[in-house]
Amino acid sequence: MPLDLVRRLLLPLRNPVPTSRYPETEPLLQFGTRGLPAIDPARCDNNGACASVCPTAAIDLGAGAGFFARPTTRSTAVWAATTGPSIDAGKCIFCAACVIACPAGAISMSKRVELARPSRAELIELPPAVGDSSADLAAADRARARILGTLGRSLHVRHLDAGSCNGCDWEIAALLNPYTDIQRLGIDFVASPRHADLLLVTGVVTRNLEEAALRTYDAMPEPRLVVAVGACAISGGVFAGSPQIRDGAAAILPVDVFVPGCPPRPEAIIEGLLMALDTRRTTAAEPGSGA
Amino acid sequence: MSDQISSRAIREALRRALGHAVPISVTSSGPSSGPSSAPGAPSTANSASFAPSSAPGPAGDEELLVNLAREELDPAILALQELGAQHLMLVAFDLHSIRRRTGLAVEEALAIPNGPIVRLRVELPADDPTYPSITPLVPAAQWDEREAHDLHGVVPVGHPDPRPLVIHEPAPPAAPFRSFVAHGEGVYQLPVGPIHAGVIEPGHFRFSAVGESVLYLDARLFYTHRGLERLVEGRTMTEALPIVERACGVCTVTHATVYSRAVERLTGTVPPPRARMARVLLAEMERLYNHVGDLGNICAGAGFNFGMSRLAWQKAQLLRLNERLTGHRYLMGIVAPGGLRFELDERGLVGLGALATEIEREVRSIVRLLVRSEGFMARLHTTGVLSAKEARRLGALGVAARASGLDQDLRRDRPADGYRDLQVRVISTPAGDAAARFHVRAQEARVSAALIADLAGRLPAGPIAVPLAVQPRSGDVALAGAEGPRGASWLWLMAGPSGRIARLHLRSASFANWPLVATVVPGNIVPDFPLINKSFELCYACTDR
Repeated sequence: MPLDLVRRLLLPLRNPVPTSRYPETEPLLQFGTRGLPAIDPARCDNNGACASVCPTAAIDLGAGAGFFARPTTRSTAVWAATTGPSIDAGKCIFCAACVIACPAGAISMSKRVELARPSRAELIELPPAVGDSSADLAAADRARARILGTLGRSLHVRHLDAGSCNGCDWEIAALLNPYTDIQRLGIDFVASPRHADLLLVTGVVTRNLEEAALRTYDAMPEPRLVVAVGACAISGGVFAGSPQIRDGAAAILPVDVFVPGCPPRPEAIIEGLLMALDTRRTTAAEPGSGA
Repeated sequence: MSDQISSRAIREALRRALGHAVPISVTSSGPSSGPSSAPGAPSTANSASFAPSSAPGPAGDEELLVNLAREELDPAILALQELGAQHLMLVAFDLHSIRRRTGLAVEEALAIPNGPIVRLRVELPADDPTYPSITPLVPAAQWDEREAHDLHGVVPVGHPDPRPLVIHEPAPPAAPFRSFVAHGEGVYQLPVGPIHAGVIEPGHFRFSAVGESVLYLDARLFYTHRGLERLVEGRTMTEALPIVERACGVCTVTHATVYSRAVERLTGTVPPPRARMARVLLAEMERLYNHVGDLGNICAGAGFNFGMSRLAWQKAQLLRLNERLTGHRYLMGIVAPGGLRFELDERGLVGLGALATEIEREVRSIVRLLVRSEGFMARLHTTGVLSAKEARRLGALGVAARASGLDQDLRRDRPADGYRDLQVRVISTPAGDAAARFHVRAQEARVSAALIADLAGRLPAGPIAVPLAVQPRSGDVALAGAEGPRGASWLWLMAGPSGRIARLHLRSASFANWPLVATVVPGNIVPDFPLINKSFELCYACTDR
């Protein structure tokens, strides 16, 4: 037996430390990672094929200012001002149906996975990122540093499955694995809502869970934050319109940050948590308590 | 294999049981039924073992539909049970969606080992939708019948537990649990959930315990019921796919595959060889990451952080392989009716076999350390024992069945897609405790990794999808199954007018196995419940839909 104990203790030496440094680094993506679909305004002829195949009606044709990932031409400003399809990141399930359907080849899956926003509207009308990509990256780094600065104290999170497919829940469980290891950021999960600062909601909010979800929220001490994780918790996702559900967390709870994805990867959830902290800092600073 | 049960034998058995000949309609899958363009060709191309002799395809591909009067249901089931019939599902549907007349129907689907699938259909008038409950004969149908009652209003007369199952709300608040707790001196109630302490799905468990020992456990699920089956009605076959796929976030390949196979049966479509083999590859990747994660969860259930953390890291690496291959960590959006939606990423295929083998070897060395840890294994041994008899009676599926000595696996017993050309080693062990389920998973992970290593380098070339051959006729039904990480999931699909879905019913392996957990727990101590639960590792989402 002692030999086994030694083996167990030696195991970490055989493998290097696997832990990610996100958010200081970029999220770890793979070759074909499916991020938010990007529409190339130079090729888009607004034929509507994408919107007709979208399983969640996430694409709106000619909604005015278009929300699209990393525009590739200089006509961005023109595009945004005129009409063009817009994609609602809160409904998108990243299935690539629009990419397959577009006869003009104007849509591709971008690698944008960090899509959290503090309001539902911003998921649709996010101002297009203008400028070259290096400037974008610098801005992103600054944003990250600012968000990190708010982590002066630990954050206690309570997860609430309000009727998910279990996909988002496994990504939340992955926050605790040795790679993501969210505890290194001073964030941890707690068993009781009474110990929680933040409610991390996944799922569509089913009728069978509505009461339990509300009672979980009511049990939390003030101030409390709510983060809706995944297309289901934002808009009902593919289940939107079912009479058995409430089409997302915002129907019953005051959501502070929305994290798009189906499911959002662990890095995207971290981004959402940090953003929620940021909103708290700005709101908490108002009464003039200092700190 | 030698003593196959033909449809003629079934016809004869039913005639004897009912005293008169019953009309039986026979359908078989796409390759043998004719309308497809390449009958049988894809499977014979690279396999010597699959030889289409005089019989049109393997007998397991045949589906018999038998129309019965409601009082004939019991004798028919008894006759089929003598042939070894196993319960697949009971589904209720509304005749209005296909025939424009009022009325309901229930269908009990049974699988005859080494034989066809038999669907016993009973039509019921809308003003008197009663039929004799089959649960006394087929205990595995207990939840099926409760669900059919909740969602379609058919009434199984004589059901031993007619409480609401799926729809919680209209029930009076206290009634669902009335008389389903134990009473006596020193017996106390321990309610747990629906919101649990960890990052897991919602379900309510009510323990009746004396001291630490559980006397009785009542499980109330269906909190995550999203109305999936109702939602897809009236949609096209393509529109329904992403919804069915999301019945459960970690069985996505399984559910997309059963759905695709059902659509392919309805339309007489044969997916091309590359897609058929790629589906095997994807299914095994799904099994591998689930099994590795589940081994880690068993450690979590026993409070052994070393194993949990180590295995979580291996699972994280497997999810990366998924993403390299399909762009999605949980393999969503790739399997579709007719084949695959898009080509697998070539860069993800390079070295996939070696990487999967490497991870599995690491898993094996961790498992070896765990097995030698006496404190850990003492928690697992003799905990949550499911006897073979009970497993058979209640229709256990998947790992739970194989760890109780039932030698069953759809990959071998009713092979579809690429599995027809492969020999899959089925692992089973008789102990039936949490340790047995731990070992079965560990060994199945090894089988899966070997299959991935074998297939990654030699996927057949060619197209990845074919268009659906014909539009299904309104009222046609297809039933398809696939062995997922948690066992066999079955999907029943009925086409409506203009190729749209009239009714879809998904019975996942978790749905079948949940009642087992409730029967296994009594006799154990309360603190072992998380461990027993994790050793079955069932999804709530694909049970609740």
